Amino acid sequence: MTARGLPAHPLPDGLSQQEIDAEVARAQAAAEPGAHHPPRDYPPYRSSHFRHPHRSLIPVRDPEAVELSGPAFGVTDVTALDRDLTAQHDGEPLGERITVTGRVLDRAGRPVRGQLVEVWQANASGRYAHQLDQHPAPLDPNFTGFGRCLTDDDGGYSFTTVKPGAYPWRNHTNAWRPAHIHFSLFGTSFSQRLVTQMYFPGDPLLPYDPVIRSVTDQAARERLISAYDHDLSVPEWSLGYRWDIVLDGPCATWTEEEGDA
Amino acid sequence: MSHAPTPSQTVGPFYGYALPFPGGNEVAPAGHPDTVTVHGYVLDGLGAPVPDAIVETWQPAPDGSRAGLPGSLRHDPSSGKVIGRNGVDFTGFGRAPTDAAGHWFVRTLRPGGAPYLCAAVFARGLVHHLYTRVYLPDLLGEDGGQEAAGDPLLGSLDAGRRATLIATRTDPRTYRFDIRLQGDDETVFLEFS
Repeated sequence: MTARGLPAHPLPDGLSQQEIDAEVARAQAAAEPGAHHPPRDYPPYRSSHFRHPHRSLIPVRDPEAVELSGPAFGVTDVTALDRDLTAQHDGEPLGERITVTGRVLDRAGRPVRGQLVEVWQANASGRYAHQLDQHPAPLDPNFTGFGRCLTDDDGGYSFTTVKPGAYPWRNHTNAWRPAHIHFSLFGTSFSQRLVTQMYFPGDPLLPYDPVIRSVTDQAARERLISAYDHDLSVPEWSLGYRWDIVLDGPCATWTEEEGDA
Repeated sequence: MSHAPTPSQTVGPFYGYALPFPGGNEVAPAGHPDTVTVHGYVLDGLGAPVPDAIVETWQPAPDGSRAGLPGSLRHDPSSGKVIGRNGVDFTGFGRAPTDAAGHWFVRTLRPGGAPYLCAAVFARGLVHHLYTRVYLPDLLGEDGGQEAAGDPLLGSLDAGRRATLIATRTDPRTYRFDIRLQGDDETVFLEFS
């Protein structure tokens, strides 16, 4: 055991779902109540074991910190087609066509404007267009599964894609990831950077997945699950999901107007 | 602060066809005479290289501007392909996936007005990214001693911890900076609130 009472070795291969569920319950009981983010030392996700710091993070409160500013993106960084993951090849991908729409806000509820949103996902069969994903599900020659867009003046983003499939992984025996779309987001400051995953409502795999369960607070976990929005569905074309994103972390207090002065 | 934040989730193993882009780690305008290379390994708690990490850097321009410029991932509107930075603007943003040996690099210009690059580390197995800083020793003064103590962050750390944030200058244009995620000599990681 380490000084902090954590196991000195990761959980072994071949654990059953029941054993992982017990680890999930243990980690949840040990977690800080109401935590917004997952604890980096999260034994049920076994590959976290040697990849999290043992020491506490050092708080930075310096108003001159460079992290309170951040990168800028613009019209040259995206093309109009980048937001449509179904239009990147000669043919149509297989699967259930969906749109995913929402707003990116800061913690004060202000829209994050003109910032880069990137998404990536498995195809409808649950296979990634990645050389290391070799599980027996078909690749789709008409689907890569990567998109990007800039948020609009209201902080809004929108993607057209197909609903990703669930897929197996080797965290434990019979481990399956629920359907999800990976999101990468930039705020107005580097300290607001976020990489996360969006899930689908009613997915029966959610209770079994140590990745979403790494968010130990139930209310926080629910913020990762999109809502089916019938008004976003397009007749005889696509189903609509809504998912708003709130970026954590401080940002520079100046507005664009003040910044121009 | 009325809105509860969206939780972080791991970047996972399969971002490799999505997030990296050609020229992502070539932050300096091509052929700029002041270009420096900042590079190193990402290492886990066993000292093993992490081949599926991604390091992002953000920094002021040499003139001290922190506004950044667009154009890090310029696209050709006809083909949709990334065509790279325009060779004139300094965007300040770099994205450097580790290679199969766990090695990353950015080629950039020294920042103005601050002695460090900001870095964020993402990896499979890391459920929430980590922030650190790459201090350039020549920007802290030649010995890195007294000036380092004057920096609010470096001044708050003991010598051993401070050393994990200061790159090693191996030649006038090259800095080595390893990121140790865990262990006795683990890198100092930061939080902002």
